[in-house]
Amino acid sequence: MTELAQERFSLLSLFKKIPFSTRVVGGLYLAVLVLGVVFGFSIATLISASLHFFGVWAIFALANVPSIQSGTGPNFALPIGIVNGLLAMVLVLAAGFTGIWFIIVSSVTALVFGSLSGYLYGRLMNAVKGSEMAIAPYTGFAITAAFGLVWLAIPINHPNMVFFLGDGLRHQIPLDYFGANFILAEFLYFEVFGLEVRTGELLVVFVACLLMYLFFRTKAGIAISAVGRNPLFAKATGINVDRSRVIANMMSTAIAAFGVIVYAQGFGFIQLYDFPMFMAFPAIAGILVGGASKQRANVTNVVVGTFVFQGLIAIVLPVFSRALAGTDVAGVVNQIRMVVQNGIILYALAQMSKGGK
Amino acid sequence: MSRNLLEFKGISKNYSGNQVLHDVSFDIRPGEIHALIGENGAGKSTLMNILFGMPVIHTTGGYEGEIELNGEKVEAKSPFEAMALGIGMVHQEFMLIPGFTIAENIKLNREIEKNNVKNKITSTLFGRRMKTLDFKKMNKDARIALDKLDMSIEEFTLVKGLPIGYMQFVEIAREIDKTELKLLVLDEPTAVLTESEAESLLQAMRNISKRGIAIIFISHRLNEITAVADRVTILRDGEFVITKDVKDTNALEIAEYMVGRQVSIERTSTEAREISDEIKLSVKDLHVAMPNERVKGVSFDVRKGEIFGIGGLAGQGKLGIANGIMGMYEARGNITIDDESLPLNDTRKVLDSGLAFVSEDRKEVGLLVEKAIDYNIMFTAMNIKSEFLNVFKMTDKKKIRRNARKMIDMLDIRCTSERQHTGRLSGGNQQKVCVARALTQKPTILFVSEPTRGIDIGAKKLILDLLLELSRDKGMTIVMTSSELAELCSICDRIAVICEGQVAGILPPDASPTKFGLLMSGIKDLEGGKHD
Amino acid sequence: MTTNISGEKIRAFLLDNIVTIIFLGFVVFGFIVSDTFTPSSFTNDIISRFFRNGVLVLSLIIPIMAGLGLNFGIVVGALAGLLSIVFVRYHYALFPGIGGLLLCFAIATPIAILFGFLTGKLYNKTRGQEMVASLIVGFFAGGLYEIFLLFVVGGIIPVTRGHRMINPVAEGVRPVGIRSSFEMGLPAGEMTGRGFQNEIPGMARALNNLWRIEFIYALAVVSLAVFAFLVIRRIYMKKNPAVLSKLNEPLWSFCLKIAVCGAILAFAIFSSGQIYYWYNELQNHPYITRLDLLPGISNFVVEISRVDRVPVVTGMVIAAVGLFIVYFSKTKLGQDCRSVGQSQQIANVSGIDVDRTRIIATIISTVLAAWGMIIFLQDMGHVSTYTVHRNIGFFSVAAILVGGATAARASVKNAMVGLLLFHAMFIVSPAVGLFVFNDGNAGEYMRTFMVYGVIGVSLGLYVWKANKAIKDKERLDRPGVVSEAGD
Repeated sequence: MTELAQERFSLLSLFKKIPFSTRVVGGLYLAVLVLGVVFGFSIATLISASLHFFGVWAIFALANVPSIQSGTGPNFALPIGIVNGLLAMVLVLAAGFTGIWFIIVSSVTALVFGSLSGYLYGRLMNAVKGSEMAIAPYTGFAITAAFGLVWLAIPINHPNMVFFLGDGLRHQIPLDYFGANFILAEFLYFEVFGLEVRTGELLVVFVACLLMYLFFRTKAGIAISAVGRNPLFAKATGINVDRSRVIANMMSTAIAAFGVIVYAQGFGFIQLYDFPMFMAFPAIAGILVGGASKQRANVTNVVVGTFVFQGLIAIVLPVFSRALAGTDVAGVVNQIRMVVQNGIILYALAQMSKGGK
Repeated sequence: MSRNLLEFKGISKNYSGNQVLHDVSFDIRPGEIHALIGENGAGKSTLMNILFGMPVIHTTGGYEGEIELNGEKVEAKSPFEAMALGIGMVHQEFMLIPGFTIAENIKLNREIEKNNVKNKITSTLFGRRMKTLDFKKMNKDARIALDKLDMSIEEFTLVKGLPIGYMQFVEIAREIDKTELKLLVLDEPTAVLTESEAESLLQAMRNISKRGIAIIFISHRLNEITAVADRVTILRDGEFVITKDVKDTNALEIAEYMVGRQVSIERTSTEAREISDEIKLSVKDLHVAMPNERVKGVSFDVRKGEIFGIGGLAGQGKLGIANGIMGMYEARGNITIDDESLPLNDTRKVLDSGLAFVSEDRKEVGLLVEKAIDYNIMFTAMNIKSEFLNVFKMTDKKKIRRNARKMIDMLDIRCTSERQHTGRLSGGNQQKVCVARALTQKPTILFVSEPTRGIDIGAKKLILDLLLELSRDKGMTIVMTSSELAELCSICDRIAVICEGQVAGILPPDASPTKFGLLMSGIKDLEGGKHD
Repeated sequence: MTTNISGEKIRAFLLDNIVTIIFLGFVVFGFIVSDTFTPSSFTNDIISRFFRNGVLVLSLIIPIMAGLGLNFGIVVGALAGLLSIVFVRYHYALFPGIGGLLLCFAIATPIAILFGFLTGKLYNKTRGQEMVASLIVGFFAGGLYEIFLLFVVGGIIPVTRGHRMINPVAEGVRPVGIRSSFEMGLPAGEMTGRGFQNEIPGMARALNNLWRIEFIYALAVVSLAVFAFLVIRRIYMKKNPAVLSKLNEPLWSFCLKIAVCGAILAFAIFSSGQIYYWYNELQNHPYITRLDLLPGISNFVVEISRVDRVPVVTGMVIAAVGLFIVYFSKTKLGQDCRSVGQSQQIANVSGIDVDRTRIIATIISTVLAAWGMIIFLQDMGHVSTYTVHRNIGFFSVAAILVGGATAARASVKNAMVGLLLFHAMFIVSPAVGLFVFNDGNAGEYMRTFMVYGVIGVSLGLYVWKANKAIKDKERLDRPGVVSEAGD
């Protein structure tokens, strides 16, 4: 009896350890999952869809770890990284790389481009210290719009990339023309009990998370997290606060640039123009759902949060369209995403100012 | 009927067991200037917080004793009630809105509304707050208050850009403008003023008191007290010492009352220590821009193996010295260590030169409170010397733990394990963790600021013994900054007293309390009287 | 020394007005490179955009005053306006024409008060991050609004099958959701494309059409009013030293303003005379329509007469809101808002209820935004149910920033100048895009870039300056303060 009580107690305490936002969104996810099973979906189908969304979004969520740890806050200017990744892919495709070489070369290029822009962005964030989150979204929006002009004006004439009529790159460049779609997804792909596992994609996510985990055990990583937790402490122990913040933002931007390559892989085409504009918000919501806060974020937050949040988005459409048969629910995914995603961000903002003054 | 305006009767107050005021009783007469003096922690600010009904008093269990105003018992529950009783206060931090005019600031939240038909209609329709304001009348009132202070500045000037001295006057004018003002409390009003500004403030105080308004004048400047006050009350360690008529006393006597006898901590024997004549650290003309602790040209030398004390009242700049040298705030000056010049404003290089710093602010600067003890201890050494890292440049947990255990044993840090978060430790043990981090860095010079702040008596002794031990056994040069004269005297070899950002004098630990008291108040020449 | 100071002054002026200057440059460049604008088409465009967006932009001022920064959350107010319009248009037969529009205002107001209250609460909970919160709350509320109109309407609230606002469905399927776009319905007196008049007058331009006058007459009246205002203010200023110190208008600036205003006034009066004359002529020749080129009418007069007649009542609403804001800033509540805006801490210590004041400021802004949205939509005449609110916040904020406002300071003047300049940018950007990139689509991206760029740059500069001021305070040798080392 007592043992049972103790068991219950420890389960309860375990439950209490789960961050509030994870509990809420996790609860929603489970509810939709159950609803899906009730309406005749196999659980493997639903989990497969969740895994797919998780795979393409995890890197974007991961990109927020260094910026949060450094005290800059969630990287609302993720589109800067994304346009860098897009630019890398476009250039590498135009240079004639295909297949696996396209992935390798464009990844390296994206990381280089991302680091360079991240440096400038980090400098900007240092100049507006204290109001990073107010400025960052508009920086991202503006850069996205500016790159709209770049895609129009870029002197690339590859017939599979430009508009059929007129100048400029297409809104979507299909990767199958270049033998470069689903390479990661199909690498060591297998199915168990109907569960589709995109091994390559998940492997990339796993390696990226592992590297991030290890980085925050190195001297540079520790310095960054000390800057985020307590800049005065960091200063007193000889850390160059501004430099650490710049490094963190370089990492964040570079990871986002790499992230869009995985994303494009997962869907089979490169999306240009307005595509990056609002990409930061779901990524940030993902990591926040996982329990990240103003100055603290770790790999667990990324994995748990992104799986639950993106999983929810992934299964809402099929489940609801069957559950509400006869009504037009195509729109509902977007609205549910808007409400959950932005609700979570607002909740996190309220928590943040509670922690501050 | 009492002829006193205000009477404190047996006021006592403790903050969670810590007695900060004990049975304090004295009175204020109408229209007098009553100086209130005491060291830091003497209880002045707590007494004023009680008088003003600050929330901090009520949230910590209220106070004992009574306050009588004009013979009637009063108890302000909030600053607004105190204001309604006719008590005004000018804080050290200005409560002025820079973008407003002087008049708008004087009338802040006491604005005058126009009393016309239109306003009557709008206020019945949309509430009182939709009444328009009568700026003309507000300006006129402000003019009257400013005139009372002989301020010729125009009332519609923006506060932004005014010299600090003027801001002080605007604050006072605001209090004067409150019609029922009977008692005005000025908290260190001259601290931020230039000499001539201070002089005109004193004159203004005389004018105010002539109008029948009593003033409680909190100051550490003895010469100002003797110049302007009618009576002076001295508090020490939360207790009432004495109230004297100023004409019956002098600066020397007040200083002696203020500092009192050095009792608490016995001076430990220093025989076993050797201090060479070699100068280890030399500070020349140091200026530091630490807010509220500005250093304005400090010079001193510290010999090898010496424990050098830095004392003085709060806000005088003593804390700025260590912070400035360590690069926490912008600094200028010449610092040499072993005759080698030390680069300023670069914490990393300063740490590299063998200096270590235990900050006065444990929670904000000293510790990562959400991290474990071992992590905190290794931090600086890891960062500047790349110790505790393995071949992949990643932290080596074994080494970190080993070092932490060593330090925990050596400094007797009471904790559940080396993995305990430092935020959960007691103040004394937190301080030891800070010291442990500094020691792990293997410094040759150790700066320690307020090492015993917020620590109970037993732990205090341990920390001080530890510093002495470091000096004796390791030959470490220590610069210790503290507000507590007693603890400085107990272990330091020499003590510099800082006043108004400069060295007022350097004294041996056995110098008389009066000398310390006078130096703290900025009186350098002791020719005033051979009292002791 | 003097040249140094004036150089410094010029630099400070450029830095303070950088956004306005860039926009001005952009618009002028657009004019130079483009040949598609005639003065009248440009004026038409800008005038209609001015009246359409005026109240929305003005709704931003009070939160800025109260220290809440740029309230991107006016989207929430816009949603209140949209909801009221959906309701009234659904019952279009019951509430036709201007009556329906007035009902929209009446319904939107309580909804907006509630929304504003909740938003204000949220801003108090996210203190210090209000601008991010206001951006996100717009998205959040947008999502809820869409769910409401797409699923709750029809799903829970029963609707009429086959109603022109409800998504069409097959027999036997439950009708759910408002259509993705609907019309406001043409008002009495306006013809549909096929020349028929609506049986039931709608709400499109219902407010605008109440009273329209020739643009040039309006110009004459407005410039006369501004002229009089400038002169009276100058006299008042001379008499009253308190006003003088606040205003501090140098003589050259006054003369310049008077000269510009006078020139416009003279131009307006001259043109009004011409128009009046030709009107009478047309009255006498009933077979000639107004825009037919009569021999003898100068191109100039034709050009002017091509400018649409301006909606007086809408203009009066904008003016009333502007005057309300000026009046508000002189009330006790307005003064409290300014106190809170400058320092929440000091306001609190002085006994001002900071949270309540901030909530009231948010409510006022939200209500004005709701009204602004209704005015916007009656002018458009067409509602894109699920997208029209999305850019309201961004465009309005960008407009007021272009007018010279910052996150901490904004005036009615900033809003007015910003409205004109921002929308001028909007109008010329396709031409600039075409010229620079030789591509018709480029203008769209250029426009978007300008909108977000202006918000980013203004906010960035503002924070940077504020940070610099704090840093300067902590400097050893404070600029402008005599070294304290001496004393």
